[in-house]
Amino acid sequence: MSPSGRNVPAPSPVFFAATPGEAPRPGDLYTQSRLGQVGAPTPRLSVEQASYAYSAGGSQASEFTLEATSFHARQGELVAILGPNASGKSTLLKLIAGTFEPLSGRVLLDGFETARLDSRTRAQRIAVVLQESQLLFPCRAWEFVLQGRHPYGRSLRFASDADVNIASSALEQVAAGRLASRWMDQISGGEKQRVILARALAQQPLLLLLDEPTLHLDIGAQVGLLENLRRLAAENRYTIVVVTHELALAGEYADQVVLLHRGKCLRVGPPAAVYQRDLLEQVFETTLAVELGPTGRPRVSVLGK
Amino acid sequence: MRPLTLKRVLWDCGILLALLFLVVIVSLKLGAVPVSMYGLGRDLIRVALGRSSELSSEYRLIVFDIRLPRILLGIFVGASLSVAGASFQALLRNPLADPYVLGVSSGSALGAILALVAAPHLHLSSLASALLTPLFAFLGAMATIAAVYFLARREGQIDSGTLLLAGIISASFLSAVIMFLMTTLPGRDLRGMAFWLMGDLSTPLPASYRWLLAVGFFAAAGAVYTTAADLNLLLAGEQEAIHLGVDITRVRLVVYVAASLLTALAVSVSGAIGYVGLLVPHVMRLLFRSDYRLLLPTAALGGAIAVVIADTLARTVVAPTELPVGAMTAMAGAPLFVYLLRRRLA
Repeated sequence: MSPSGRNVPAPSPVFFAATPGEAPRPGDLYTQSRLGQVGAPTPRLSVEQASYAYSAGGSQASEFTLEATSFHARQGELVAILGPNASGKSTLLKLIAGTFEPLSGRVLLDGFETARLDSRTRAQRIAVVLQESQLLFPCRAWEFVLQGRHPYGRSLRFASDADVNIASSALEQVAAGRLASRWMDQISGGEKQRVILARALAQQPLLLLLDEPTLHLDIGAQVGLLENLRRLAAENRYTIVVVTHELALAGEYADQVVLLHRGKCLRVGPPAAVYQRDLLEQVFETTLAVELGPTGRPRVSVLGK
Repeated sequence: MRPLTLKRVLWDCGILLALLFLVVIVSLKLGAVPVSMYGLGRDLIRVALGRSSELSSEYRLIVFDIRLPRILLGIFVGASLSVAGASFQALLRNPLADPYVLGVSSGSALGAILALVAAPHLHLSSLASALLTPLFAFLGAMATIAAVYFLARREGQIDSGTLLLAGIISASFLSAVIMFLMTTLPGRDLRGMAFWLMGDLSTPLPASYRWLLAVGFFAAAGAVYTTAADLNLLLAGEQEAIHLGVDITRVRLVVYVAASLLTALAVSVSGAIGYVGLLVPHVMRLLFRSDYRLLLPTAALGGAIAVVIADTLARTVVAPTELPVGAMTAMAGAPLFVYLLRRRLA
């Protein structure tokens, strides 16, 4: 079941804007040409005025509200949801994943509302990589990756040869083939992250969501992960959404940035358009320097308070 | 990469089944009255050939009317407790969960005792009053696990320390209530009290009960087994399981009801036998795999083997006096519990 073989709704004009009606930005062209898309681009993922509020009296975060947020993403695109802690990044990710139903607005994946999909279908179309994965009883890396085939199996889900092939090629895709027979609790953080990513690939999703994937990684592993994601987006035509607070990484690797601050969506667009010094300084509450690099991508450096 | 196959499951279960058969033979032989291996073999063949009328009356009484029913009871009780333990471990995401530690066995025992107290006042038919005990034991199990679950749940997460604490508190509270009922109610003997508190297989079972136990076990264990693949993912985390397509509400409900039923069935016939549900699944994880598709059947067979061995020891170590089988399992289980707890904290 290749992602390209799925039904997609009729093409419609695409805007990469926080509010409908805003003109397309130059960065859109840049994205299109970079991916070499032909024909009218179709949004695979449409977040349309989606908002959420945690019900009062529930958890600690009962005060928190995510205000209406909109953006669209196509096949092969990497979107970064960027913001400081408690800005609503993870909430937005849960809305996209369909775990939360939006209070207003909707989230469409190939024309279907993600929150309305049944759990199996959803797992076939959306793969989510969470911050950390704590195993109660350790298993080997390949067993872990095979779990990604769960939404495709029947009854007891004994893995088929096809499942095993998909799992091993998923491991190869993230350059973790040699980890296959290692125990999950005996590999490094970066290696573990790659295996977790391989499990998501084994789901053969249309949409790949990652929640703070770089959190426990050193800088080399962070860059390695983002390079991997960039390549996977291009090769497998995934739409990838990454939640992060790593300004520099998002600026370097994302096609689009969704900037959140205290539950408000401040700006949506390519990094060059979103990365304005005063805006970022206000959001991240620190002094920054932003300059445009030779590739047209913004470079951010920290200057201190 | 060698994924788990049905063949592997059947093969491993076959090995354990053979082992169980051996244990049963030895258990039939051992006891206060010695039985020769030759005589036992000859009689088993006669029974298998349908010529049970040729058995000597002495053998028939001791081996087939006393020891065999007790062994069969031990098999079902061990399998039920062990599957219930493995289920609770996945459901609550806690490797130290087991019906006894969580207080579910005590809740079941209290329910069973309340049924015994209530039955004479309800003027029920004999079948209905026979069903009353397991039914009340089931309700007691469900109520206890629900109480322990909500005590341990904070902001949608189950805290494993609080869970064990809630279980221990429930267990001791319910045991105290059982003790209170037993000492204040007229006509209750101390032997019966030890039965509910320690677990014991020596009480003979009415025939209708045997059917209930067998049917109930296969229905509940079968229901849990349909969720085996989901339980594997649940162990990796609730959120992750949801993202991998597990219908978590359905799985929780099935496992919660089925594990409570298994505990209730075991407790209503044998009292609260401790540590089987904890010990056996862990040993099976070490011997085989922690994949629930393999773990559930191996735990069932392993639990049967463990309880039959424990009961044989209970019958023989201080023969002709008998120990409650729960005392034997606790003697072996408590040190293992401490070991697992230490390893977890380390």
